[in-house]
Amino acid sequence: MSLWQYANPVKFLALSARVQPALWALAAVFTGVGLLWGFFGTPDDARQGSTVKIIYLHVPAALMAINAWFMMLVASLIWLIRRHHVSALAAKAAAPVGLVMTLIALVTGAIWGQPMWGTWWAWDPRLTSFLILFLFYLGYIALWQAVEDPDTAADLTSVLCLVGSVFAVLSRYAVQFWNQGLHQGTSIPVATGNRSVADVFFYPLVMAMLGFGLLFLALVVYRTGTEIRLRRTSALRARMNRGA
Amino acid sequence: MQVSDLSVARGGVPVLSGVSFALAPGEALVLRGPNGAGKTTLLRCIAGLQEPLSGRIEGAEDRVAYAAHADGLKAMLTVRENLSFWAQVFGMSDLSPALDGYALRPLADRLAGTLSAGQKRRLGLARLLVTGRPIWVLDEPTVSLDADAVALFGSVLRGHLAAGGSALMATHIDLGVEAQVLDVSAYRAAPDADLGASDAAFL
Amino acid sequence: MRALLLRDLRLALRAGGGFGLGLAFFLIVVMLVPFSVGPEAQLLQAIAPGVLWLGALLACLLSLDRLLALDLEDGSLELLLTAPLPLEGALAVKALAHWLTTGLPLVLAAPFLGVMLQLAAPGHLWLLISLALGTPALSVIGTFGAALTVGIKRGGLLLSLLVLPLYIPTLIFGAEVARRGAAGLDASTPLLMLAGLTLAVVALMPFAAAAVLRMGLR
Repeated sequence: MSLWQYANPVKFLALSARVQPALWALAAVFTGVGLLWGFFGTPDDARQGSTVKIIYLHVPAALMAINAWFMMLVASLIWLIRRHHVSALAAKAAAPVGLVMTLIALVTGAIWGQPMWGTWWAWDPRLTSFLILFLFYLGYIALWQAVEDPDTAADLTSVLCLVGSVFAVLSRYAVQFWNQGLHQGTSIPVATGNRSVADVFFYPLVMAMLGFGLLFLALVVYRTGTEIRLRRTSALRARMNRGA
Repeated sequence: MQVSDLSVARGGVPVLSGVSFALAPGEALVLRGPNGAGKTTLLRCIAGLQEPLSGRIEGAEDRVAYAAHADGLKAMLTVRENLSFWAQVFGMSDLSPALDGYALRPLADRLAGTLSAGQKRRLGLARLLVTGRPIWVLDEPTVSLDADAVALFGSVLRGHLAAGGSALMATHIDLGVEAQVLDVSAYRAAPDADLGASDAAFL
Repeated sequence: MRALLLRDLRLALRAGGGFGLGLAFFLIVVMLVPFSVGPEAQLLQAIAPGVLWLGALLACLLSLDRLLALDLEDGSLELLLTAPLPLEGALAVKALAHWLTTGLPLVLAAPFLGVMLQLAAPGHLWLLISLALGTPALSVIGTFGAALTVGIKRGGLLLSLLVLPLYIPTLIFGAEVARRGAAGLDASTPLLMLAGLTLAVVALMPFAAAAVLRMGLR
């Protein structure tokens, strides 16, 4: 019994059918409780007023935007090394979810930034890095769609994910360097990661983060199942056509 | 060169399985079979452009010169420049057998883009002579050649075989060269055969 | 390898090879900038290093989709795969040919276009240095992108979408060198970063490009 047996598409489908109800339920509970508690059960911030509450969407989305890419990186490596189809398809399935998470993080950041910084958009290193991440997701998804042969597409996108990861990290440091070079000593208070959050905000935030993580997992498992069924259909069709 | 129990796939679907044959120096082997039978796929595998699903190909590596439908010619280079490029890539220097063998000497300084289809094909086949490789793997070598050019090709091929080379071809034309025939339709893969095709895991 | 380099250079220089197109594109971009932002000398001077870097980068991008697609069309790419050349080397040579026919002319033309954009006096040298150091990275990264999209019909737009994000670090460090140089500041830190980035990319990317090319053509 090893973990790798679930790299078999059929076994994966069977497992995912069993765990999905629980996964969806947990995701709904954690996300719902985290968000509701955050929105209605916490006091307004002394300085930021009620605008601070967008944090319960912004931070979990940003967290999952990065983790989704990281998961794709690991899945790509597994595909390149061990050639398990489920791994490649899971990476494919995760990309649009990661893209949407990045988009949520960017949009909520802009909405939060407007009252706080007085502008919808600032070329702050963190914001800019997320925009770059967004572009990497777009390119990755576009490459999946452009290549016809599914295995070739898996190969090419996996390498793109590896190379893209290196360049994404490089870009992150380059952007930090570039921004300091532009306006020294920016006073913009960047996301709460640097600050300690008071307990009253912290627990609902952790709930929401867990909820988003579970939601991501549920979506990826579901979408991977869809991709597997698509491949299965086309594999069966190809054989039918040859048999006829 | 020895091919044993080879299975090949096109687009993730197995097309041929259990192909075995041997090709000794001085021998030619002609592949026959209807369109879509997998002749091109088999040739590409032997040329190293595609991985077989299973089976072994021995004695082919770095000994194969491959020619397919596209001749790899640059329209803006002359006939001589095209040939000398490939000669240099394969570490050869003598172009004259190639130029003489296919009667290309009068065309040597013409741009390849100004040649007719048959002349281009002759140039594409002449490229084989400057590779210095002993095993020719040819996919429909006589496409767009007229009767005279086919005869030229036949005589070059006879010379190649007489010099200890060998050739593996997919062609329907009788070249006037003594050759074994392998009908690939005998090796047609069963549609549901489990040969490790890339999508077999999904069945 | 030398034969491949000479062939690519010869092809680029012959009619229809596209040599000079990148240069003309660079000139047009630089010419369009004052039309779009106004002819004010001070403004032009402030944005000149960035505009010149961006123009050079886009001009480099322009010819990438020909880099391997033409060889694929006429079949010579497959024949090269069966040749006794290591594919990594062949791609490095093709990237070098791309740089010699596209990047190098841009580098040499940039200071003249800098004059048109009122680039401050010490900036010309720094612009030249930064472009000379940075454009090889653009060619090599572009070769990877071309290898990635070689089997795709009408992959030109996709190529841009994939390659441009990879150009970000090079652009940031390169433009920073030019900007600091033009402003009379110390540019050694971004210069070292740029040089390191280019060296790393030139050393590693041909391997990645060869890997994806083998995958794509299989």
